[in-house]
Amino acid sequence: MAYLDHAATTPMLPEAAAAMTAQFAVTGNASSLHAAGRRARRTVEEARESLAEALGARPSEVVFTAGGTEADNLAVKGLYWARRDADPARTRILASPVEHHAVLDAVHWLGEHEGARVEYLPVDRYGRVHPEAFREAVERAPEDVALATVMWANNEIGTVMPVGELAAIAGEFGIPLHSDAVQAFGQLDVRFGDSGLAAMTVSGHKIGGPYGIGALLLGRDQSPVPVLHGGGQERHVRSGTLDVPAVAAFAVAAVLAAERRERFAAEVGALRDELIGAVLEAVPDAVLGGDPEDRLPANAHFSFPGCEGDSLLLLLDAQGIECSTGSACTAGVAQPSHVLLATGTDPQLARGTLRFSLGHTSTREDVAAVAAAIGPAVERARTAGLS
Amino acid sequence: MTENLPRTARPLRVLAAMSGGVDSAVAAARAVEAGHDVTGVHLALSANPQSFRTGARGCCTIEDSRDARRAADVIGIPFYVWDLAERFREDVVEDFVSEYEAGRTPNPCLRCNEKIKFAALLDKALALGFDAVCTGHYATVVLNEDGTRELHRASDMAKDQSYVLGVLDEKQLAHALFPLGDTLTTKDEIRAEAEERGLAVAKKPDSHDICFIADGDTQGFLANRLGKAEGDIVDENGEKVGTHEGAFGFTIGQRKGLRIGHPAPDGKPRYVLDISPVNNTVTVGPVEALDVSALTAIRPRWCGSAAAAPGTYTAQLRAHGGETEVFAETVDGELRVTFTEPVRGVAPGQAIVLYDGTRVVGSATIATTTKAAAAAV
Repeated sequence: MAYLDHAATTPMLPEAAAAMTAQFAVTGNASSLHAAGRRARRTVEEARESLAEALGARPSEVVFTAGGTEADNLAVKGLYWARRDADPARTRILASPVEHHAVLDAVHWLGEHEGARVEYLPVDRYGRVHPEAFREAVERAPEDVALATVMWANNEIGTVMPVGELAAIAGEFGIPLHSDAVQAFGQLDVRFGDSGLAAMTVSGHKIGGPYGIGALLLGRDQSPVPVLHGGGQERHVRSGTLDVPAVAAFAVAAVLAAERRERFAAEVGALRDELIGAVLEAVPDAVLGGDPEDRLPANAHFSFPGCEGDSLLLLLDAQGIECSTGSACTAGVAQPSHVLLATGTDPQLARGTLRFSLGHTSTREDVAAVAAAIGPAVERARTAGLS
Repeated sequence: MTENLPRTARPLRVLAAMSGGVDSAVAAARAVEAGHDVTGVHLALSANPQSFRTGARGCCTIEDSRDARRAADVIGIPFYVWDLAERFREDVVEDFVSEYEAGRTPNPCLRCNEKIKFAALLDKALALGFDAVCTGHYATVVLNEDGTRELHRASDMAKDQSYVLGVLDEKQLAHALFPLGDTLTTKDEIRAEAEERGLAVAKKPDSHDICFIADGDTQGFLANRLGKAEGDIVDENGEKVGTHEGAFGFTIGQRKGLRIGHPAPDGKPRYVLDISPVNNTVTVGPVEALDVSALTAIRPRWCGSAAAAPGTYTAQLRAHGGETEVFAETVDGELRVTFTEPVRGVAPGQAIVLYDGTRVVGSATIATTTKAAAAAV
């Protein structure tokens, strides 16, 4: 088996699994006052401190959520409501068109139901938002912008965004900028404190931690309206009893991800370059998606002219190679990716995509398996054509 | 010997079409059990699928797709959803509408087998390196000693679906697996087998009606597509006896829903005898006038290498219809059929499938009929 879909989820680190199973044996609600509660709270707060340190943030800036999707929703909806409540004129949302659906659909929903005017920022052929374009969009009417949201790096095509520059511009106008850093964390130098961001999303299971846990890094001056109301945990921003085992394991994975990042990026990047080379050699007319240089080190994305991505997936799956078309599904039916369409890719070409994403268990054998299989698979998929 | 589920020296690469229903799930499971390398596929046939099944209809909702995937996961096979909505719309739905518009009564299930399951799907499967497509149909494929194949009725006549597969030619049959065709079991037993295999679809109700008409209202669907056009209902002498809102909404032999105010002179019920889309007229008359002594059928497809020899066959004229003896011959590429005894209510647009015993000889689309009464004159 060659598992090359780490961007979907990556195997849990043994250290994280150990931390999680250790906590399963311990009782305690971190909000309780008795000894069991105090013990659980200590575990949670130590995890918060570790996670904060791994992300260059302050512990008070960590809001645990049940994953990346929830953190994105809290940031986008919560900041929109808070900013609009403070000034009803603020209804404009600036968003990149290549966001993950957790951001894109939340923004769209605000447009449909909460009177938001959503403006999608222009991107170049690599899917990158340029600071000048962002400045232009802001300056058109800075006073009516509720928030902006631009991901740190794209989950499909791997392009890295100039988040620091964008945050500086947003900062000039006092506009909160949110960034979904789910894919970036563990691969790029993601430091919340230095970024100038108002909010940032991270997720556990993409860095070797457990599923169902994530965090919104939230500047101390930000008070988003909660999406979940209840017991008032997590700065009153995110109610709900904390999942102590998941929080503990997430923190362990985050610390290791930060510690190992540079070496991981170099090693996995070299493997990834090997994979890109092998695919382009086997299929010379394959088109590499995203920025060839400034991209996530573990991401390789291709479009194969004349192929259905689904056909390629089926043929590779049959040979034990697990990857993704990279685009979202509706009832399992592949739609051309909104990311590729936003980059101006021809819709026909956008149907024949594959994303290979590497991770901490990837080997040269995985790359060799792809190198051997991709040529015949593409040839066969072309025979089947675009139905 | 039957070839419904051959055991081959080398496992066949089989693509199992899985609707989300119990039959196709059990068929896929049996193909796996026979040692084949099976991949499941659900066909997305609607561009705007509904979330949940309503009533007894459909294989086209997202829920059906999930049921199919759930079954595939339990069987332990890869599973994909293929979007054939555009092909289905062109080849099945539009054909359905235009056939009704022309005053005929199409069979969309047959059309789907001919154009989608054993054409678009099969072609793509073969191109991707599969050897065969497997479905949950009840019919039997027989391999002759000379290597040719025949399609026969299912072992259980009550469940036989060879009528809607009669359009398949030998090449299509060579790549078709019907693992349920040999089954001499009741539907309950298929459900029991599904239950034993841990398939949650065991308790799922059967689907009926036309999958792309979600509410089952064919008249409403057609009116929506073709618009209402008021016209006359006349009797056999051309006397106006009522009005209708579109000739396309009727089927030969139909009795209900004519809404003729006054009774016939003889007091007997009246039936649709003829539909004329050109002058938007529907002709009604007594039940005897539905008797047909002969018909012609176009676009014959032979389940073998050549057209069938003139001779006596049995014929089936509609899905779940009975058998009737006919003399059939091909003249100028057209099938001419004479019934031994007159038959009642033959609707142009439906298929006539000829059988020799249990063997499917061929299939053709009914074009014109000769009234028994007229022939007697």
